[in-house]
Parts: sequence; structure tokens; C-alpha cells
Amino acid sequence: MTILEVDGFSLSFGGVHALRDVSLTVAEGSITAVIGPNGAGKTSLFNSISGFYRPQKGRVTLSGQDVTRVPAPRRAAMGLGRTFQNIALFRGMTVMDNVKLGAHVRMRTGPMSAMFYMGRARREEVRVRAEIEREVFDFLEIDHIRRSPVASLPYGLQKRVELARALAMRPKVLMLDEPVAGMNREEKEDMARFILDVKEQWGVTVLMVEHDMGMVMDISDRVYVLNFGQRIAGGTPAEVQANPEVIEAYLGADDMTTLRERLRGERGAA
Amino acid sequence: MRIGSPKETYAADESLFRTRTQWVWFGILLLSLVLYPFMANLYWLYLVCLICINIISATGLNILTGYTGQVSLGQAAFMGVGAYTVAWLDNNASTPFIMNLLAAGAVTTVVGIIAGLPSLRVKGLYLAIATIAASFILQFIFINWESVTRGTRGINIEPPTLFGVEFDNPDTFYWLVVPVTVVMLILAANLFRTRVGRAFIAIRDRDISASVLGINLPLYKLMSFAIASFYAGIAGGFYAYFYGSINPESFPLLLSIFFLAAIIVGGLGTILGSILGAVFMTLTPELLRYGVDVLEPFVHDASALLSPVRTMVFGLLIVGFLLFEPHGLAEIWRRIRRFFHLWPFRN
Repeated sequence: MTILEVDGFSLSFGGVHALRDVSLTVAEGSITAVIGPNGAGKTSLFNSISGFYRPQKGRVTLSGQDVTRVPAPRRAAMGLGRTFQNIALFRGMTVMDNVKLGAHVRMRTGPMSAMFYMGRARREEVRVRAEIEREVFDFLEIDHIRRSPVASLPYGLQKRVELARALAMRPKVLMLDEPVAGMNREEKEDMARFILDVKEQWGVTVLMVEHDMGMVMDISDRVYVLNFGQRIAGGTPAEVQANPEVIEAYLGADDMTTLRERLRGERGAA
Repeated sequence: MRIGSPKETYAADESLFRTRTQWVWFGILLLSLVLYPFMANLYWLYLVCLICINIISATGLNILTGYTGQVSLGQAAFMGVGAYTVAWLDNNASTPFIMNLLAAGAVTTVVGIIAGLPSLRVKGLYLAIATIAASFILQFIFINWESVTRGTRGINIEPPTLFGVEFDNPDTFYWLVVPVTVVMLILAANLFRTRVGRAFIAIRDRDISASVLGINLPLYKLMSFAIASFYAGIAGGFYAYFYGSINPESFPLLLSIFFLAAIIVGGLGTILGSILGAVFMTLTPELLRYGVDVLEPFVHDASALLSPVRTMVFGLLIVGFLLFEPHGLAEIWRRIRRFFHLWPFRN
């Protein structure tokens, strides 16, 4: 079952082609990775899927519905959650408020009942609080920092809080933009485990952009490779690793042995 | 972090005052507000009424500028809309004053939403300029829509009455404006315990990630303008009743800057900041004048000499706050509290 489908995205800024006729499908309940060298258009693709960029050509379908013309906040409400490459948390707020914001689309309180904080508004706040404590904080092991301001947390924890915020949305598809970039090995292992758990326990489909080859090859069901805004390969991790075009894109030459060694080495690390 | 206040339910942990100490202090505050009129003279009652009006308006502006990050220099003009609504209703309809006040809030809300429309496109300084433009337009309407506003001649308002009591003096007006201020402050504080308030802060901190989380930016920006101008409308309505007459000169652009300064000095994005800022901005000039009076016998021609100095000291205090305490009086308050939490131990 395909849950997210991108069909022929083309996006250009002035004369620069960020994406050229990129298509991909994401199967429900899978982990799908998009890889590619710097500047390949991975983040442009993500921004187009979540609705920040409007590609000049192409369509995107979410659970069978065409959402090409749907603005970003509506897509979020339809179950498209995401995190950012450079953490986009609200730095002044506590972890708790950040994660509660993730549940924003699932709540209904309007300004009037909010100001009186009676009846429905109060019940809704308490219900969401309990849900977050039970489902998100326990799961990601961040209950001890719930009252800390986000800005005071170390990088690895901030990444985890951002994942928590995305999960509080209860998304159908979770898009992770470089979830383990800049982490040490231990933090990477934790994050890889969380991503697998998200897929298995929550049943959430994951689409991620990642540079860490070891992790991508280990946990992904399907991998797409972008280069210069074009999709040059797509398939299972093993197929992609064996693809000579991919090897050329990464190394600039068909130096297969070096790449294989690099992949093996990084997989061992992660 | 505070310890020693365990909770058994999430509802208790989400409450406005989380410890018993806070409830006790809140009770003491309410009690002193009740006792105050029996101890203060008319002049100090007048000052408290004025402070309350300023607190209401500053709270509104703080919701818009401090919490939502939409810089507005139209707060005084919005107050004007509220004041003229009350004045017109007072002179042309025999509705009770509570209705008039609510109508002032409602009319100002609509005007505020319209004035907030540019915020969907521009932010920061550009939005500030757009709101200045809105306030000039409103000023123009105050002067030229003679059939309603009576132009530059101004318009008189009868003092409000309730149950036969006439609120024509600070000592009676106090009982009207103080409870409303307390209620409006609690309403504002409640707002930031819910999704609406969190959405406002999210828009201020990072509007792009706010929209990824499904927050409808145009809707919430306009909602923030609506709430801010509702507060301004109520404050303006009280202003009209309090002074008994208004004219277009009552709501100059300078007053908007006064409110902006109040929330900056008090603390952007805190309810306490709106209170402290409004108190500071209203009281400091008075206290400085008091200082001049004290110096009168000692310095030859003190009032003529010291009046300009007074204005300068006031200005310097504001600059000082920007330089040395950018988080405002609310932060100083928080630091004092933290000190006493730990006292007599050091951290």
C-alpha cells in the first residue's frame, strides 16, 4: 500500500534546477530513505512534499488524496509530520510546551474557551498532557527534562525533543531531515532504535533524508538516490549499493572497492 | 527548579498557581487591593485607576507584540476607537455602561482585525509602519467624522452608574476598574496555558516550524490582533468614563510608544511584565515630580529647573533597562523570587 507518492516533481529557482522530474513512492509502514551528495536536492524535495515550496511541475498524493494544492499547515493536519535538519524547536519554551505544540492540530480549543479555561478547554489540555506523558515522554525517555527550556539542552536531546514534537502530532507519515547528523555514535544508535520503534510500535511510515550511510543501509526498507536534482536510483539498500551510477555520484569515479569499504566501515560504526 | 510540591493529577500540575504559597500571596494581593481604598487618598486612588487602565491596554499589546511577535504601534488609536464607541453610545443610546464597554471591546476588535491584515504579508519594522499608518487613519477619522466624534471639540461622557451608585470619582471608580483588570489579567494568563497561547508563541519564535505543526498563521495572527484590540477597546472605554471627556488629542501616537515602552521595560512575553511595566511607566513620572517637590525648599526655583531633568531621568531609566535588563522588570522579580526560594542556602 502506497501512503505517499511523489509524481514528477520539477522545481527551479530562477535558472537553478533544484529538482528535475523526481518521482518516488513510500509504502505504508516502511522506512524509506533519500540519500545523495550535498546540493542534490534532498531538502528541496522535503520542502516540496511538506508544502513550503511549490514545484512548477508534479503532483504529491497523501493516503490517496492529491494534496499538491494544499497549504503546509493543512498537510500537517492531514498527518504529515516532519523534523528539520537544523533543529527547529521553539527555543524559549519548555520541552513540555514544544511537544504540546505538536498536538496542536489534534486540539479544538478556541480563544474564548481558552481564556476562561473551563470545561472543554481544561479537559482537552489535561487529556493531551496525559497522552503526551504516557505515549511520547515514556517512549523517548525524556520525562526528566519536561520542564527544561529547550535552549539549555544538549544537541542530541534537542533532536529527540524534535522527534517527540513530531510524534505528538500522531502523524501518518513522519519526515525526518537528517535525524542523526552531528551526533556521536551512542546518540546515533539511540536514534536509530527510536526510528525503528516508531515504525514498529507506532506503525508510522518514515521518510528520511540522511547522510550516514551505515544507518540508512541498516534500517531502511527502500532507498532513493538523488544527484543534481535528479533521481538516479531507487530500490532496496542492497540494490542501491550495487548500482554503479550511485557509486559514481558519491565518489566521482567507479572506485567500487573504496565505497564498499566505506559503507562497511560506517555500518560497523552505526 | 522548585521541589517539594508533589502533584497527584495532571490537572493540578497544569494549574495557574502551582503551590500553596502562590495561592497565599495571591490572596494577600487581593486583600490589599480591597483594603487599599480605605487607606489611600484621592490622588493615589486616581493613580491606581490610571495604572489599571494602562495595565489592561499594555496586557493586550503584550499579547500581540510580546507573545505573538507582531510589532504594533496602533494600541493608542485602538483605545481611541473604544473610547469613542463608549462616548457615542453614552450620548446616543441609553444602554447600561457594561453593554457600552463590551460594545467598545467588540467594535475595537473588528477595527483591530482590519488593521492587522498587513501582518499576513509583512513583519517587524514594516508591520510597525503599517500599524502607524492605521493609527494615523484612525486619528483622521476621530478628527473629521464630526457627526460621531464631534471633531476637535471633543465629546463628553456621563459617569457610569450601577445600582444607583455613580462612579464619578476615583474612590468609586476604583471598585469598577480594579476587579475588571484582575479578571482580564487572569483571562490573559489562562490563554497561555492552552493551544491558542502556545500557537502565538510559536509564531513569534519560528513561524515556519509553526506552520509545519499545522498552525494556521493568518488565523492566529489576526486572532492575536483581535485579542489585543479587544483589551485596548476595554481600556479605552474605561479611559472615556474615567476622564469624562475625550478628543482626538487624547490618543496620540506617543501613547502607543508609551505602551510599547511599558511592555519592554516590564518584560516582553510575560503577564507580570505588562503589570510591572504599566506601573513603572505611570508611577515613575509621578515619583520624580514628588522628588522635585521635596527639593523645592532647598533649591532655588526647583520646579522650573528640575522639570526638564525629570523627563531626562525618565528617559534614561528606560534606556538603562534596555541596556542592563533587556528581559525587563519581570526578570528582576524572578531573580528576587529565586533568591528567596534558596535562602538561606546558596546555589
